[in-house]
Amino acid sequence: MNKKKLSHSGSLQSSVTSVLAALLCILIGLLVGFLVLVAINPAHAWGDGFVRIIKGGFHDAPYGVGKELANAAPLIMTGLSVAFAFKTGLFNIGAAGQYTLGAYGALYCAIMLKLPWFVCLLAAAVLGGLWGAIPGFFKAYFNINEVITSIMFNWIGLYLVNELIYQNGTGPMYDVRNTRTLNLSKNADFAQSLIPDFGLNKLFQTNSTTIAIFLAAAVAVLIWVVLNKTTFGYELKAVGLNKNAARYAGINEKKNIILSMAIAGALAGFGAGLFFLSNVSQWNPLNSTSLPGMGFNGISVALLASSNPIGTVFSALFISHISVGGSFLSTKFYPTEISDLISGIIIYLCAFSMLFRGKIQSLLFRNAEKTNVNAEPAPAAEKTKKEGK
Amino acid sequence: MLLLIKYTLLYGIVLMLVALGGMFSEHSGIINIALEGIMVIGGVAGVLTLTMLPASLSPFLVVLISILVAALAGVVYSLLLAFASINLKADQTIGGTALNLLATAIAVVISKYFSESGSAKLNYSNKPFLFSIGGLELSVFVPLGLILLVVSYIVLYKTRFGLRLRACGEHPQAADSVGINVYKMRYAGVILSGALGAIGGLAYIVPPVQTWNFEVGVAGAGFLALAVMIFGQWKPFHIFGAAMFFAVFKSLANIADSTFLAQLHWSSNIYNMMPFVASMVILAFTSKNSMAPKAEGIPYDKGSR
Repeated sequence: MNKKKLSHSGSLQSSVTSVLAALLCILIGLLVGFLVLVAINPAHAWGDGFVRIIKGGFHDAPYGVGKELANAAPLIMTGLSVAFAFKTGLFNIGAAGQYTLGAYGALYCAIMLKLPWFVCLLAAAVLGGLWGAIPGFFKAYFNINEVITSIMFNWIGLYLVNELIYQNGTGPMYDVRNTRTLNLSKNADFAQSLIPDFGLNKLFQTNSTTIAIFLAAAVAVLIWVVLNKTTFGYELKAVGLNKNAARYAGINEKKNIILSMAIAGALAGFGAGLFFLSNVSQWNPLNSTSLPGMGFNGISVALLASSNPIGTVFSALFISHISVGGSFLSTKFYPTEISDLISGIIIYLCAFSMLFRGKIQSLLFRNAEKTNVNAEPAPAAEKTKKEGK
Repeated sequence: MLLLIKYTLLYGIVLMLVALGGMFSEHSGIINIALEGIMVIGGVAGVLTLTMLPASLSPFLVVLISILVAALAGVVYSLLLAFASINLKADQTIGGTALNLLATAIAVVISKYFSESGSAKLNYSNKPFLFSIGGLELSVFVPLGLILLVVSYIVLYKTRFGLRLRACGEHPQAADSVGINVYKMRYAGVILSGALGAIGGLAYIVPPVQTWNFEVGVAGAGFLALAVMIFGQWKPFHIFGAAMFFAVFKSLANIADSTFLAQLHWSSNIYNMMPFVASMVILAFTSKNSMAPKAEGIPYDKGSR
């Protein structure tokens, strides 16, 4: 399958195939989701169930759409984090931990130091990057699989951050009444730490829709440029493809592994900054049993986008779309976790989407040489419309 | 002290069971990162069975049936991993991660469907699972786990099946060349890990409490079991030792307040962090002479050389 992909010239062709494979995964996922809805409560499965999930934020526009965008911004970042690591041959399952550390960095700079928002974002990225660099270090110098290290450091990060914030209920960043960190928008002291919204909040009638989504999209483009148009990105990818060959070509593979993980971590940390500095929610240090879901949903986002940085923007919007849709389900009929179920199924299918890709490729491009190029971009454009709406 | 032993045994047995599951899977050549998800599925299946069984049933049957149902659910769920990674040759880590995400969603949807309150909390009675020897209250999973430990050792090292299983994880091409069906053996490995992981999940949830909120899953115990397996160098009795070592820290987090350790004023966060930090340090030191099965993580392709 790999060989086939390489021998065919057009990168366009392979991206069309990826998009179709992703759409197929989504379709099957939605279908199974619908069947689950029917199984739980057949009478309401269509109107109160499936349609609401599909409509997503548009069920309660514009508020729902604003919510969708606010949630998509950090998702794009954690998705980019995982996708970037994939591109350099690493599996960053530690995005959740890096996100946690990023949240601490952002909140500490905002609440304790009262710094402006872009400095807080930078701090979030730096702390996330540090947390990502650790598994990279273990991989480079001890040859321990980054997956197992990242998982360990996810939990270490969670307990560490909870301890730093909570401090037996006396932490200065902790608000005892809400059992969360202090609410940034409730206190004028923190105003400079909130990401500006330029009227978006008014437009969407929300409190947390800021320019975060545009920042995230800009970073996605930046990552695409770094990976595809710079020597640095080329070196990182070379190490991922073949460590030994890269070393033979004079690339310092240890340094590059650590750098890759650090950048991936910084992206996840930045995402946490976008989330908490938009004041979508506050950190709950009493939750010591589950890691932030953003980190793991980032894996879904990256897989759905087949690790294409630009693709992560769209797949993050899609995942955010259906999870907001799920939250609009009436709890009388359905648990809201149906949307998690759907995205879980989608990423399980993505795990072997290579197979789909091969099938689609052979179906579509069997006599590809003759097909005119103009006909091909059509499905891609359709996808953009469908997911980006 | 008695409390420390109690919690250590309870938690250690859980880690050991799940790590043994992971061991079988990895010896067959499949990295089973889905153990966390398998635990959740086993837990929800077992607990549901527990709530549905009539109260008049004898305790022995209650225990037996719920454990069997849990194991069966784990096996079915692990087949998803086996199918993706053996037949479709998908990336095992990604497939496993997907199953972990899916498991929590499934468990929450199911438990919300069945619980009266509409939340993801299920109430059950854990009485049939507990017994006590001289003031030490234990769960049935302790003797069961010890039996399974010995059985695992015998299966892995003293039977033809075990030898073949290990061959598939070390050098599947060589195994195939002498007529062993690699696909079948790998399925067997994953299925065993599904059963053991699911029993471990039930053992994690049921004995200590009478109500469980499935939104938290099993809080990383499955991942910790993976570390236990690596620390235990993929060998049954080493795994037992490693599991007990990890469990001591975990139980300290539970009981620190009632012992002399309270004077240190450490919060439970610090104790919770300890096993993870310890396992990182240990991994760093032992990684150079790792005994990992050589072919783990690589899909077996008959055509490749």
